[in-house]
Amino acid sequence: MIELERVWRTYQVGDAEVHALADVSLTIGKGEHVAVIGPSGSGKSTMLHVIGCLDRPTAGVYRFSGRDVGSLSEQDRSLLRRNQIGFVFQFFHLLPRLSAVGNVELPMLFAGVARDERRARAEKALAAVGLTPRAHHRPDQLSGGERQRVAIARAVVMGPSLLLADEPTGNLDRASAHEVMALLESMRAGGLTLVVVTHDAALAARARRIVTMDDGRVVTDGA
Amino acid sequence: MRALDVLRFAGGALVGHRLRTGMSVAGVAVGIAAVVALTALGEGARRYVLQEFTALGSNLLITLPGKVETTGAAPFGGVAHDLTIDDFRAISRLPRVGRAAPLAVATETVRFGDRGRAVPVLGTTADFVSVRHARVGAGQFLPAADPDQGGQEIVLGVKVASELFGSESPLGQVVRVGPWRFRVVGVLAPRGRGLGFDFDDLVFVPVRTAMRLFNRSSLFRILIEVRVHEEMEPARRDIVELMRERHRAEDVTVISQDALLSAFGQIMRALTLALAGIASVSLAVAGVGIMNVMLVSVTERRAEIGLLKALGGTDRQVLAVFLAEAVILAVVGGVTGIGAGLAAIAVFVHIYPSFPASPPAWAIAAAVAVSLLVGVVFGVWPARRATRLDPVTALARR
Repeated sequence: MIELERVWRTYQVGDAEVHALADVSLTIGKGEHVAVIGPSGSGKSTMLHVIGCLDRPTAGVYRFSGRDVGSLSEQDRSLLRRNQIGFVFQFFHLLPRLSAVGNVELPMLFAGVARDERRARAEKALAAVGLTPRAHHRPDQLSGGERQRVAIARAVVMGPSLLLADEPTGNLDRASAHEVMALLESMRAGGLTLVVVTHDAALAARARRIVTMDDGRVVTDGA
Repeated sequence: MRALDVLRFAGGALVGHRLRTGMSVAGVAVGIAAVVALTALGEGARRYVLQEFTALGSNLLITLPGKVETTGAAPFGGVAHDLTIDDFRAISRLPRVGRAAPLAVATETVRFGDRGRAVPVLGTTADFVSVRHARVGAGQFLPAADPDQGGQEIVLGVKVASELFGSESPLGQVVRVGPWRFRVVGVLAPRGRGLGFDFDDLVFVPVRTAMRLFNRSSLFRILIEVRVHEEMEPARRDIVELMRERHRAEDVTVISQDALLSAFGQIMRALTLALAGIASVSLAVAGVGIMNVMLVSVTERRAEIGLLKALGGTDRQVLAVFLAEAVILAVVGGVTGIGAGLAAIAVFVHIYPSFPASPPAWAIAAAVAVSLLVGVVFGVWPARRATRLDPVTALARR
């Protein structure tokens, strides 16, 4: 489902070129649970962004479900993100002015889903992450774990095939972190492909496959 | 994305950031209010001057002794002949002339009992009322009579009447002007200042009596109302020709209101230019204000733009949201500003009722156009720049 073929992502920092990704090749199959670990600056977030079509490779080929993403227009990549990919970020990135339901509705807003249907689907998604009683609270009235659960509901509400999580537990206490991981894993059990970037070896160990990165390269790849 | 959803989302964003929205609206509103209020004052000044001239009456010709340039340059040739009551009679008989009124003027003290007031005393005839569109408030104006016959009648301006008589009715009372006694036959209606004379603060007596009183042989002016407005210029030539025959020299000047107006054309042009200057400076200030607020607002929200893109919003959808926000801000700010500007002017006019301050329509239109244009350009341009970034770059700020 995900095929990275000799992918480079190079940044220009002053006169120097920095290779955030250096010749990365990686294939992830449908329904897999992959953890990406490595020290800060090893390129794991960059790889996640490339996979999520938030960032483009400088060189190399990235195919998503067989389509070459590099050749897609910005418009088509937006549609891909909207319909096929869900994101969960370390800092939640909820809009503070919207309630939990409002935040979950956002992707459907762009898809042009009618208001009533939007509301119903968002409430259903919140119920699936156990947040029905908090649905009409704003993010600042929610705990960190609850915010991340709202973000997960938002990530899956469009029924994507791929769920990408960037340090999803990085800002959470132990108990909330376990809750959130359990939730992500249950999503995968429902048929999603799950890729998690993390520092946390214990959390990574829960994945079937661990990809270790260092200095922009994949160092080890396996269980 | 549905249009209504775009509006609702944009509205939500504005309501969600009350302080920032309030500042933006205030920024736009202050600029627009400044344009509206300042141009209203400028336009008021322009209209005030115009009104002063049109108060003269549009069919009015004024004959004055001496050949002078209408632009007010020094007279040449001097005053060869007096302008007499006989000249006035001759002019009144011209076929193109409707009514005419002679005018002799001097300042004298009008006394009643132990009260006195130094005011301009105007010697004229009954027709003065219709020539200068004056209105009599009580009693009547000077009686129609042979201008060579003097008379003991006097008509008071309202201020003179109230200064000398207080709340008493002056009608029928006898006042003294110099050694002469006059019987009050009328009081003018309040009118206020009109080009040179305060019509509330003067008195009228029959012209022959005035000339004897002032010991003058020449009239100050002859005011002429031409029958048909289109014949102003022929009538003027008739008068000049008549006076040339009578005086055997071209020693009078006949001016029309149009001539006066064109003489003052430069003042009017300067006023109009000043008005345009005021308007463009305040528009520029308003524009820069709006620009700054929008730039800061959008730059602050790059993370939000990144998030919206990550959630599958296309560049166009994200731009549409920011465009809607900018338009709402500009419209609300514009309406608030126009309201505030009009309110300020209303207060001003309430305090100074005689000053016709009112914002010209073009200034309001320009203000609204500029606020919309600047608001939209600087609301959307930085947003456009932000959407061009890869969402990850925009999201990088946490």
